[in-house]
Amino acid sequence: MISLAVSEREEMNKWFPLLVLILSLIAGFIVVGLIFVISGVNPFFALYKIFAGSFGSFYGIKETITKAIPLILIGAGLVLAFKGKFWNIGAEGQLLLGATCATWVALKLGPVLPGYIVIPLMFIAGFIGGAAAGIPPAIFKVKFGINEVISTLMINYIIGELVQLLVVGPWKGETQYGFPYTDEFTESASLTLLPGSRIHIATLILGIAVIVVLYFLINRTKFGYEVRVIGENPEAGRYAGINFLKTTVIIMIISGGAAGLAGTGEVAGIHQHLSYPYTISAGYGFTAIIVAWLSKLNPVFVIFSGLFFAGILVGGDAIQLSLNLPAATVEVFNGILLFFLIMGDFFLKNRIRVRRRS
Amino acid sequence: MRGISKHFGSVEANKNVNLTIKSGEIVGLLGENGAGKTTLMNILYGLYQPDSGEILIDGSPVSIRSPRDSMELGIGMVHQHFMLIQNHTVAENMVLGYKESPAVFPQKSIKKTIKDFAKKYGFAVDPENMVWQLSAGQQQRVEIVKTLLLGADLLILDEPTSVLTPPEVRELFSILNSLKKEGHGIILISHKLEEIMEICDRAVVLRKGIMEGDTPISSVTKEELAKMMVGREVIFNFTRKEVKQGRKILEVEDLYVTGDRGETAVSGVSFSVREGEIFGIAGVSGNGQKELAEAITGLRKCESGKVIIEEEIVTNTNARKIHDRGITHVPEERIKFGIVPNLFLYDNAVLKQHHRTPFSNFLFLDYPVIHEYAKDLVLDYQVSTPSIFSQMKALSGGNIQKLILGREISGKPKLLVAAHPTYGLDVGATEYIRNQLLKLREEGSAVFLISEDLEEIYELCDRTAVMFSGAFMGIVKPEKTGIEEMGLMMAGSLHKTAEADQ
Amino acid sequence: MEAIIISVLSRTIVAGTPLLLGTLGEIIAERSGILNLGVEGMMSLGAVGAFIIAQTTGNLYLAVITGVCIGGAAALIHAFVSISLHANQVVSGLALTMLGLGISGLWGKAYIGIPLSVKIRHIAIPLLSRIPWIGKIFFQQNIFFYLAVLLGIGAWFFLYKTKGGIYLRSCGEYPKAAEAQGINVIFIRYLSVIIGGAFAGMAGANLSIAYSKSWIEGMTAGRGWIVIALTIFALWNPGRAFFGAFLFGGIFVLQYLLQPLGISPNFLSMLPYIVTLLVLLLGGMRGGTRKMNAPSALSEPYRRGER
Repeated sequence: MISLAVSEREEMNKWFPLLVLILSLIAGFIVVGLIFVISGVNPFFALYKIFAGSFGSFYGIKETITKAIPLILIGAGLVLAFKGKFWNIGAEGQLLLGATCATWVALKLGPVLPGYIVIPLMFIAGFIGGAAAGIPPAIFKVKFGINEVISTLMINYIIGELVQLLVVGPWKGETQYGFPYTDEFTESASLTLLPGSRIHIATLILGIAVIVVLYFLINRTKFGYEVRVIGENPEAGRYAGINFLKTTVIIMIISGGAAGLAGTGEVAGIHQHLSYPYTISAGYGFTAIIVAWLSKLNPVFVIFSGLFFAGILVGGDAIQLSLNLPAATVEVFNGILLFFLIMGDFFLKNRIRVRRRS
Repeated sequence: MRGISKHFGSVEANKNVNLTIKSGEIVGLLGENGAGKTTLMNILYGLYQPDSGEILIDGSPVSIRSPRDSMELGIGMVHQHFMLIQNHTVAENMVLGYKESPAVFPQKSIKKTIKDFAKKYGFAVDPENMVWQLSAGQQQRVEIVKTLLLGADLLILDEPTSVLTPPEVRELFSILNSLKKEGHGIILISHKLEEIMEICDRAVVLRKGIMEGDTPISSVTKEELAKMMVGREVIFNFTRKEVKQGRKILEVEDLYVTGDRGETAVSGVSFSVREGEIFGIAGVSGNGQKELAEAITGLRKCESGKVIIEEEIVTNTNARKIHDRGITHVPEERIKFGIVPNLFLYDNAVLKQHHRTPFSNFLFLDYPVIHEYAKDLVLDYQVSTPSIFSQMKALSGGNIQKLILGREISGKPKLLVAAHPTYGLDVGATEYIRNQLLKLREEGSAVFLISEDLEEIYELCDRTAVMFSGAFMGIVKPEKTGIEEMGLMMAGSLHKTAEADQ
Repeated sequence: MEAIIISVLSRTIVAGTPLLLGTLGEIIAERSGILNLGVEGMMSLGAVGAFIIAQTTGNLYLAVITGVCIGGAAALIHAFVSISLHANQVVSGLALTMLGLGISGLWGKAYIGIPLSVKIRHIAIPLLSRIPWIGKIFFQQNIFFYLAVLLGIGAWFFLYKTKGGIYLRSCGEYPKAAEAQGINVIFIRYLSVIIGGAFAGMAGANLSIAYSKSWIEGMTAGRGWIVIALTIFALWNPGRAFFGAFLFGGIFVLQYLLQPLGISPNFLSMLPYIVTLLVLLLGGMRGGTRKMNAPSALSEPYRRGER
């Protein structure tokens, strides 16, 4: 009789993780291809279209970068949260609250103040909004022991409804022909785009800045050290006298704030108005979770995994046009890839031996 | 059980142990922690397999490969940590173990069975209660009834009185006596001499895996049992130098601390520790030592009483502030509390001091300084590791402990709280750490040492308190106290008035 | 007036039924200790699978069975990854959602917008449907509602009144204790997760066959996430799930009714989530260890034989 013995892997070659990552991706691609085949789609053509669409042309690359901006911002913030083992599922809501606060500034101050004042204020407002959405779950977890997956998820819904309420009600634009949008932002409240693209440069720079800041924060500061300790071994954190409440709240200020910044970027750079929550957040908050996870919680790698997933999103649009497939098709990609990454992770941590037993 | 031997790695938990029990008999299994009592019983219960030896029931050999087998053979075990589901009712917990419950409405049928049992053995268990509403004693009763429901003829109770109040202990004993009259056999694992003497018919003493004695209670004295428990070959190694003791660093006054389960873990303890002194707490672990250490280091709230450090009252201050006052701590569970296994060695080297200069200034950590410090620690404290960049979890237990010790000692603390610092370590590491503690003492620090190892207590401590059931049985000078006396105090049978306290 | 009220209540039932089905399944899964965030994906797969079979074979029973099976199969993936591979359940659930949404979009492509050729009928329960008011609301629904009610009662009964239910709940509270008493925690968890998926699949079938009688992408419209919130709102109790599902369903229906009266539908929609949070907070404030009925071991991986 054959049995599998699973045991913890003790030591490994330093290239092993990368190898496992690549193998997982390849396995994922193969299975995605199979699914395409079963569904009557030419896998090679489909895959080609996805990547050609996102990286194969200037337009594609520009779109990819555009979609990567929020992913990178939010992903970086999530890396910090996950390092502290705080499962922030609420980035969607944090993004939206940030977008909402930025919208308020835009609508109130946009028409009266010049851009170089309004824009920074919008980003600050966005940061504050996102942080405000993120702080309650942090307090709930430390003070009341409430699972943060649940609390951040609930807040997502609440904020989503709030935004919806605003755009069909008090904030509904007078110039929008009855659509549930706020009024268009004035020039001073809109972000400059890279000519010929939809890339809102300011947010992109912010995103890179956030990554750099987080890199130093996590690896070089006292705070980052404490985050890592409470994430890896909370008991040792207690022993070391680390203040859990303070640390967790700061984590969420930063993580929520980063999502809020992304929200500002979306309303000020892409849409120039606030509208239906899903249009603004477009699932970035959830996709960013995968981005953060794929980057193995290293802020710098977030850039690459952000670009990768942005590419898949753009590829989804491309497939929609050329193969007449629904855009959600790319979610297959994300899902399968993620599963293989999870399996790869398991393989990384454990050794499996086949044993014969008589 | 005949000739049972079992080893874990290099440790021989049981060496050729024999144990017999008849029906209608209560046998006490005595010994300190690590003596092998729990291992032996786990083998009987089917959680472990013996390396050699055999088990016979009613004369015929049996094979016990899992708890299911032992349950079928009529062996039931009540663990020290109850396997009860707090959020369920008593009835639901019973159903969990009782396979013969009907599939539908099992609670109803079991309620009747429970009430019958309760009447028969004379204790009241209300099946409708939620388990978390019950006291420890009542929960234990539930566990006992559970084993009886499964048809246990032989009951094993692992340290049953450790969570009970004195009146609850009385109740337990009367239940045990009823069971005995019914013809059940009972094995009682304990380190409490008084109780063994009271309830048991026979006592079997294990020490370091070997059977030291098997004797009827009627023909043995407490002192003899104590001697068997702690052994005769304690090496009295008075290599301690005379050190002039300075002022009081730590004073504890009438401290009461509550444990995790809401019980009183430390009841009214008072003592002081001076510079240049090693003050020990002897006793079997689980008698409040852990909670005492946590209370002193700011990791646990005190119900009442005072903790004073250098004339300043610090009761219930947080851990960081206490650490800032120069109190360092080598924790009991070193891997769980003392290090972060997934981080690197140099990260762990500054675990509690990371926020202070020179390791950090303002916001940032000064890594070059941290690396140097880690290298020094590794060198000074003989930590064997590939490099300071290794992950902490790659190190062996002894080396982890050496690093922790080095980290806590190197800052010249005013007081070092060390809980079981040499537990589970090999001879070399043990010797090294003990020497470090002595050195610390010579340099004028105060040391608060918790240890189960009497050899260690005798070797290192100037004075030692013996802790039992949350209280001090006495504070004595080891060199003036005989082993039997120590054993008796550890087992709760002797209480000395304050003799060597200051 | 009477007609309006009856209509609203009747539509509440219709809207709430898929929510109820999904919630019942998620309760079972979470009660065994596994958090499954993939409900949106499983529902979507169930919806598309049922629709395709219904459209191609005309056999509604087969369609529902298909939905149920697909949901269960999808859940198996999550079960394997979460239970045997000890993976992070949040990430795995999210992956399942993505996968489910993606595959269902892919498979449903050819069927978008095509109205279902087979119609599901409302079944009027004899006698009971004649009762004024109540008869029209409760007893002239389609089979999904009746199934949901039966399953709901069954689930409640199973969880609280049978031996199997006690075993299942023990796995979610204290798996080590369950294992120590000879219960196969791993098996029970697998089964629970798969059953949860089956329920989600049925909910999806409900949506595509009965509710909208067609397939469009994104048909589930976030209902899977609502189910997850509902599970908590119901405090993991099937009885309260009834209340919660029809409450949420009612809000759904009422939203647009009350709008002309000046009550923002969105404010109404927010309420359930706010209440859920409050309920959790109150529980958390009251007593640290009594976690308000959440299965104590929820989302913690269990390794057999671990000390």
